[in-house]
Amino acid sequence: MSKVKMHRSSPSIDMTPMVDLAFLLVTFFMLTATAKPDEPVEVSIPSSVSEMPIPERDMIVITISKDNKVFFTVDGQTTRAKMLEEVGKQYNVTFSPEETHDFAVLTSFGIPIQTLKQFLDLGREERKEIPQPGIPVDSLNNQLKDWVLQARLANPKVRIAIKGDADSTYPVLKKVINTLLDRKVNRFNLITGDEQLPPEMKAAINASKKPA
Amino acid sequence: MAEIQGGGGEGGKKGGKVRSKKTSTRIDMTPMVDLAFLLLTFFVLTSTLSKPQTMEITMPEKPKENDKQPEVNEKKVLTLVLGANDKVYWYVGITEPEAKRVDFSKDGIRKVLIEKKAEIRDLIVLIKAMDESKYRNMVDIMDEITITGIQRFAIVDITPADKEIVKEVR
Repeated sequence: MSKVKMHRSSPSIDMTPMVDLAFLLVTFFMLTATAKPDEPVEVSIPSSVSEMPIPERDMIVITISKDNKVFFTVDGQTTRAKMLEEVGKQYNVTFSPEETHDFAVLTSFGIPIQTLKQFLDLGREERKEIPQPGIPVDSLNNQLKDWVLQARLANPKVRIAIKGDADSTYPVLKKVINTLLDRKVNRFNLITGDEQLPPEMKAAINASKKPA
Repeated sequence: MAEIQGGGGEGGKKGGKVRSKKTSTRIDMTPMVDLAFLLLTFFVLTSTLSKPQTMEITMPEKPKENDKQPEVNEKKVLTLVLGANDKVYWYVGITEPEAKRVDFSKDGIRKVLIEKKAEIRDLIVLIKAMDESKYRNMVDIMDEITITGIQRFAIVDITPADKEIVKEVR
């Protein structure tokens, strides 16, 4: 008799706790998530023991790709629009309001200013497929320095970070750093990934930091 | 499925009315669960979990023409040359130094730095990167500097003389 009874009630499972949990997680991820910005190049950053968190706003990020191309981005749509206008003026390129808007919502870019206009006239999908040549940083034709200058004028609070691919070579980094030094930027950040330290080392670092 | 009817065949034989009465208080949650998990999967996949860290470096200003460079005792200078293929060359002093080659492992450059730090007071480390060295090497070496707690270090351009010294080791 008891067998029949059990058989009837057991297959119906109460899903409420699972649903609760699922929605809790959904809410959590929705609130904490920041969508991955789609970047023109994939960069694998080297790891370091540094534990300084990266500021979320007011950042100029100079990306160095694996094949030593330089990309530039700064956050804030108004900053970007203003910066584009000023740099355009310098190189005698004018941008239409649509192009400016497209630029403002763009992520990292690595296009010389001369061809930036054509690039912005392309569709969203087309843009993704075009290989970007990188921003010129040579001493004769250094557009990075203009971007940095105008970005800092448009938003004086910005800080500068360099996000280099682990396999990019040193000369490019040197060029970028020299560009920054020319602009009197002596303090900047290198973006790195996590690396775990043995605990005794951590204690040693903290101890050495105190007297300094 | 949110609810699985017990004894399927048996239930079919009974009248529809009885069945509907039995299940009326239960809501079929399946679509909601589907949606919840779909959203969950979406957010898990798109969110970036580990935030990248940053390492702050402060470079000295570019020296002006009339600026006097501070003089240092060459015996206190440890030069690290970052070479190709994740190799580090190190030597102490400037005049006819003896260079040695190590790697980035725990027993490599870290051991050298710890030894030299204990040996030499007010040690100054000069980091010179060769053109073939990678960005990763730069970050690694600065990590080692942090780990060993060396206070004074500088990133300097490499000179032909350094290249000559290092060439002999290879």
